[in-house]
Amino acid sequence: MIAELGLAALWLAAALAGLQLVAGALALTPRGATLAGIVRPVAAVQGALALIAFACLVAVFATTDLSVKLVAMNSHSLKPLIFKIAGTWGNHEGSMLLWVTVMGVAGGFVALIEKRLPEPMLLATLAGQAFVSLGFYAFLLIASNPFERLFPVPEEGNGLNPLLQDLGLAFHPPTLYLGYVGLSVAFSFAIGALVTRQVGPAFARAMRPWVLGAWIFLTVGITAGSYWAYYELGWGGWWFWDPVENASLMPWLAATALLHSVSVLAARDALRAWTVMLGVVAFSMSMIGTFLVRSGILTSVHAFAVDPERGSFILALLAINIGGALTLFALRAGTVTEGERFAPVSREGALVFNNVMLSAILGIVLFGTLYPLVAEAMGAKVSVGPPYFNPMGALFAVPMLVVLAVGPMLRWRRDSFGRIGKTLVIPAMLVAAGMIAMVAIGGVGVLPTLGFALALGLGWASVLPLKDRNLRRTPLPIWGMVIAHFGIAVSLFGMSCESAFSVEKLVAVKLGEVTAVGPWQVKLDAVEPMAGPNWTALEARLLVRYGDHGKVVQIDPQSRSFWAPPQQTSESALLTRWNGQLYAVLGGEADAKNGASRWQLRLWWKPFVTLIWLGGLLIALGGVLALVGRVASDLRRIFARDKIAYRRVRMAQLDSGQEGERP
Amino acid sequence: MSDPLPSDAGRPKAPRWAIWLPLVLFVGFVALVMIGLYRPADRTVASALVGKPMPAFTLPAALPDRPGLAGANIANGRPHLVNIFASWCIPCRVEAPQLGALARAGVPIVGISVRDSAEDLRGFLKENGDPYQRIGADDDGKVQLALGSSGVPETYVIDGKGVIRYQHIGEIRPEHVPMILEKLKEAGR
Repeated sequence: MIAELGLAALWLAAALAGLQLVAGALALTPRGATLAGIVRPVAAVQGALALIAFACLVAVFATTDLSVKLVAMNSHSLKPLIFKIAGTWGNHEGSMLLWVTVMGVAGGFVALIEKRLPEPMLLATLAGQAFVSLGFYAFLLIASNPFERLFPVPEEGNGLNPLLQDLGLAFHPPTLYLGYVGLSVAFSFAIGALVTRQVGPAFARAMRPWVLGAWIFLTVGITAGSYWAYYELGWGGWWFWDPVENASLMPWLAATALLHSVSVLAARDALRAWTVMLGVVAFSMSMIGTFLVRSGILTSVHAFAVDPERGSFILALLAINIGGALTLFALRAGTVTEGERFAPVSREGALVFNNVMLSAILGIVLFGTLYPLVAEAMGAKVSVGPPYFNPMGALFAVPMLVVLAVGPMLRWRRDSFGRIGKTLVIPAMLVAAGMIAMVAIGGVGVLPTLGFALALGLGWASVLPLKDRNLRRTPLPIWGMVIAHFGIAVSLFGMSCESAFSVEKLVAVKLGEVTAVGPWQVKLDAVEPMAGPNWTALEARLLVRYGDHGKVVQIDPQSRSFWAPPQQTSESALLTRWNGQLYAVLGGEADAKNGASRWQLRLWWKPFVTLIWLGGLLIALGGVLALVGRVASDLRRIFARDKIAYRRVRMAQLDSGQEGERP
Repeated sequence: MSDPLPSDAGRPKAPRWAIWLPLVLFVGFVALVMIGLYRPADRTVASALVGKPMPAFTLPAALPDRPGLAGANIANGRPHLVNIFASWCIPCRVEAPQLGALARAGVPIVGISVRDSAEDLRGFLKENGDPYQRIGADDDGKVQLALGSSGVPETYVIDGKGVIRYQHIGEIRPEHVPMILEKLKEAGR
């Protein structure tokens, strides 16, 4: 019953999306102007219906209704409730439903609250949003109906990939989705602006909160995903340049560039065409990412339900949406008048430079991700890995970081290096000191050396915009910028230290044996069986000590066996200190020699590795502060306007009242 | 109030064709993935790991009466062949006689069976011969991926120190056997 309700809601939502598209487009013509009134309510109801459909799917998963095929395929009655619910979006159909739901709700939200834009532009935006949604509704209803029934009803579900039975991962995909879909709103705004030829500060201000919001979610999603891969996969790395990881990084890079150029457009009315272009590119990257992941066209460590037919469908959507948008851009960009001018040495100049660098990195990541396909088309087989991505990325990241340190101190429009030269002495000295220190230590690669030195300099330079400011009266967006830039320095410091100073050890130890890794002493105390709700495990008890006189602490890495479906995972054990993490993975039992069994242990000491994710969270926090600041000032402006309007009305009333009293 | 800027400043004036560039690139992308999507290609990836030590792994025994496989078993001073196979894989049947010949020639061969069940595996070995000293069960394909392999069958020549010396993608055909023996000899030096 619930499943049928959900399906009905989904069909209705799709129909309303069609109506929203037609009405929104017709309302732009003189003869269809009467339709303008229905577009906003239709968008709101469409969002609500999509939300109902999604709630229905959550409900059938929560109750493990095995007569629904999707539940039978992906869930299991023994699973803890939280993972049953997370299972809703842990599969292709459910995640696509989540996608249209978030898109519908976001569109409804725009329809209800966005009052600043000229009405035609908003109508075009909502029509654009409906157009993109409609493709995904068609995809869901034709090729991947999440509410399909199954007969006969199976006794038990197929379970969920045990790797996915993890809180971090339960919330990692939806976070990224919110980011992807937030970019779809930016995309729709860009379409609206192109169609109505009104690319200007008003458009930028309307788009900015959505870009910021999407960017925050992407930042959090990537940070969480990286940490998840780090502790769950048991490989000790935090970034693998895997196609799926790149698929999430590319929209982030585009969104970061968009975020900065939209600020220039809002504040200075410059970079008009470029901002619109980035709005299209950012969402293209979300869709390309989804396509690469779902079509299975690239080999990845991430096992998704891969299906060439679905791949074709997403590719068709991609070609229609993005190809259409880029054609529109090419046709209209020539008519977008140029914005304000600025000198090369200016805040705008620095932002343009960083935009170009971010785009270059984006191009490199995209090319590296697609290169295996290019090679395959020519008959060769290659895999592209860190040896390509790291140096090529750094080629553009290093100048970008230098400008990132300097840019925020420059003035808008035109400035000179002479004015800010003095403030940069300390950061420059820090960079030099960092270089010297790393060279003195010796044996450190070029990239970690550069990263370490730049992190020190950037860390100092990033807080300089607060100098000479009254901290209590500094606007929140400035705080946001400072914290986000500082977060980049923190993250970079973590990455450099991790790659320069990590110690790795693979040993087979007997019970009671002590082994050393970096500054740690590790003793294998016991190995015992454990049982969980749907798994059994071997758990090692490790007693570890930092240095010669440290406190002894116990950590327990596990080797888990799930039985539905049967699969083994290793649960790494982490011990965090202020200066890094000890990372332990229990392998299997090695050969028994002389009666005493030996256990394989993989140990890492990773100095300052946690700073990578701490920095990521700081970057996101900076985004949150900026968003709160922007939204608060928008609200203040709206209230102020209402107040003025109210006063005017009152004055008019009083005036007319006085007139009336006159005899 | 505002002094005029030099006329050419801050005007990255894009040529007309540049406006069409994103669309052209995008069309290129679509064409590329169309080729990738519709061309029947086996999606194996050449290992970037040749010349590198094997990633550490431990696999449980695929059959109850035969030991499983760990990295340490292979890096024991002698060159080994590591064969990634599965009972459900047709080319694996094709290469079985060649593996048998190599085993009779005294080459230590260990197997990694991918996503397989004990019965199927037993049937496969009965039917096609059994050259394996050890068989590890890689039920989720994790070790397979860690080795940089994405298909079955694949065969690795590993030297005595556990360094990957050669990766053979696809089945070993009779004409490959001398070449494999040569690689093993090189690895033994």
